[in-house]
Amino acid sequence: MPRLWLFLPLLGFAVLAVLLFRGLSLDPTDIPSALVDQPMPAFESTLLGSGQRVTQEEFTGKPRLLNVWGTWCPTCIAEHPYLMDLAASGVIISGLNYKDEDELALSWLARLGDPYDMVIKDPEGDIGLNLGVYGAPETYVIDASGIIRYRHVGEVNSRVWNGALGQTYRALAAP
Amino acid sequence: MRVFLACLLLWSSNAALGVVETYEFSDPNYELRYHQLVDELRCPKCQNQTISDSDAPIAKDLRRRLYEELEAGASDQEIVQGMVLRYGEFVRYKPAKTGVTLWLWLAPWFFLALGLIAWGVMARRKTATERPLSTRAREISALLEDSE
Repeated sequence: MPRLWLFLPLLGFAVLAVLLFRGLSLDPTDIPSALVDQPMPAFESTLLGSGQRVTQEEFTGKPRLLNVWGTWCPTCIAEHPYLMDLAASGVIISGLNYKDEDELALSWLARLGDPYDMVIKDPEGDIGLNLGVYGAPETYVIDASGIIRYRHVGEVNSRVWNGALGQTYRALAAP
Repeated sequence: MRVFLACLLLWSSNAALGVVETYEFSDPNYELRYHQLVDELRCPKCQNQTISDSDAPIAKDLRRRLYEELEAGASDQEIVQGMVLRYGEFVRYKPAKTGVTLWLWLAPWFFLALGLIAWGVMARRKTATERPLSTRAREISALLEDSE
């Protein structure tokens, strides 16, 4: 019977191996958003182009995506055509022009197309900071009462849209 | 002595300027707390660096926000709590001693206790097994003496 104790190190090894193996497939950049199920943080800014005043109250009425982008961000170029497709299929996407310059952003939209119903200016990154943005692109799903329901960090593409991001939006958009 | 002091001051200010930008604080106490907090908050972009270590733009923004909130008179707890609300428990290098993160604080003591218990058990077993061995050794030595 005391011989069974000899297997204790083996058991310990097995437990450690399982834990470490699990760790291999974890994505360390996948930080859970603290703002999921929280209302959109209060802000006051202006819209790109029109210069119209805008606050968080603009985010009520219909479920939508909020896409954080900047012309300095290479992945934003990569996901742009897919956002154009989504907008064409009726998905409402608002843009947050994160730490960018107006002229650059406007010429980018003129050149590549504008999938956004409005683009909020955030030149200093203050709105982004309150949202918990740590790198563009990020895309949030916001429901009709202005509550953040999901956050995706990185490129939006068909795989992501068929996954949790799209599912969350479709569940909200379905009547 | 004066030269030595000047050198010391130069050196210490260098150490404090790990990051590029400097802020003018209206109260030296704010500055002290600023330097404490930049080493307690973790950069969300370049993980495993504090916001004082990191050159990432987001770390710079967080330092600026920290400065603004200190100047606005927020307490350390309010500032850290605000960061946690935005970025989650992740941003703290000193995790809270509640909830899931309590395990982080307890685990080392748990494993230390486990090790001490295992050590104790093994030490006791060793002394327990030594006695029969020594009686046997006495028998053998007695046999050896007999054969001489």
